Amino acid sequence: MAQSTAAPTTQPVVTPLPLKAVAPWAVFFGVLMLVLLYFVGAEQGVTSVVSGEGVHEWVHDARHLLGFPCH
Amino acid sequence: MNSALVRALLVRGMLAGLLAAVPALLFAYFVGEGPVDAAIAFESANSHEHGEELVSRSVQSTAGLATGMLVFGVAVGGIAALAFCFALGRVGRFSARATAALTALAAFLLVYLVPTLKYPANPPAVGDPDTLARRTALFFLMIALSVLLGSAAVILGRRVAPLWGNWNASVTAGLAFTAAVAVAMVFLPSGDNIPKGFPAADLWEFRLASIGIQAVLWAGFGLAFGYLAERVLAPRPLTHRVPTPVA
Repeated sequence: MAQSTAAPTTQPVVTPLPLKAVAPWAVFFGVLMLVLLYFVGAEQGVTSVVSGEGVHEWVHDARHLLGFPCH
Repeated sequence: MNSALVRALLVRGMLAGLLAAVPALLFAYFVGEGPVDAAIAFESANSHEHGEELVSRSVQSTAGLATGMLVFGVAVGGIAALAFCFALGRVGRFSARATAALTALAAFLLVYLVPTLKYPANPPAVGDPDTLARRTALFFLMIALSVLLGSAAVILGRRVAPLWGNWNASVTAGLAFTAAVAVAMVFLPSGDNIPKGFPAADLWEFRLASIGIQAVLWAGFGLAFGYLAERVLAPRPLTHRVPTPVA
């Protein structure tokens, strides 16, 4: 698509997946994955869904090593 | 049919993320835990009040670390697979496997490496708890900016590619991204507040370990997902029908 001159490659161009097919999965699973990331990376830091410090303390080392601000 | 294809890719992305998290976990355990322990030793030596120990250190550094790493792997693997579904056939003349590798590289650069240059990972004892809200907001802002600017650079590259050729378009996009990120980094406030006397070598080792963990994770994801995605998208003729969704 990007080639202004015909490329001599025989590699077939991959057909894009239609956005209509991707969108529902992206919305529902995108949100679900972000919730998982929130619990690993940010829960019981600035905001808490579950009270206490248990989640924070349990994933403490991963949170630090993955680069999230922990405390 | 396309929806089933997206589902198959999503499932494989999560699986590839889980697989890639295993070597990343080993790297974190063997390379990252040393600097974490050193930082905690500094913290307790300086009588920084840390309260009751809810989870013991030995659990934090094993089961806790594993939980965090594996869940992180599944989550980012799923998101990267969705990004792959969108990027496939839209970013240039790349095969499925090459697109998977590029998606992993882009995720590593845009979501981790570029933001970490401004707001690097901090070991325990580094970072004042009173500034946590501000540091957390800046951290996620930097990730959002990096992803936004990276996507804009790809769009720019795609626009100018027919005019200037792929090489020049890629260089232009890279330069534009670097310049925009540099400006953002100059104007965003610094996030550092390292306590007096914290060993510089430990900080360096911790941050290097953090970069290593993410590099291992994304390299593993790119390789594993590329293999799995290619099999979903180009099944061997006559043996399987497209796709083979997992229940």
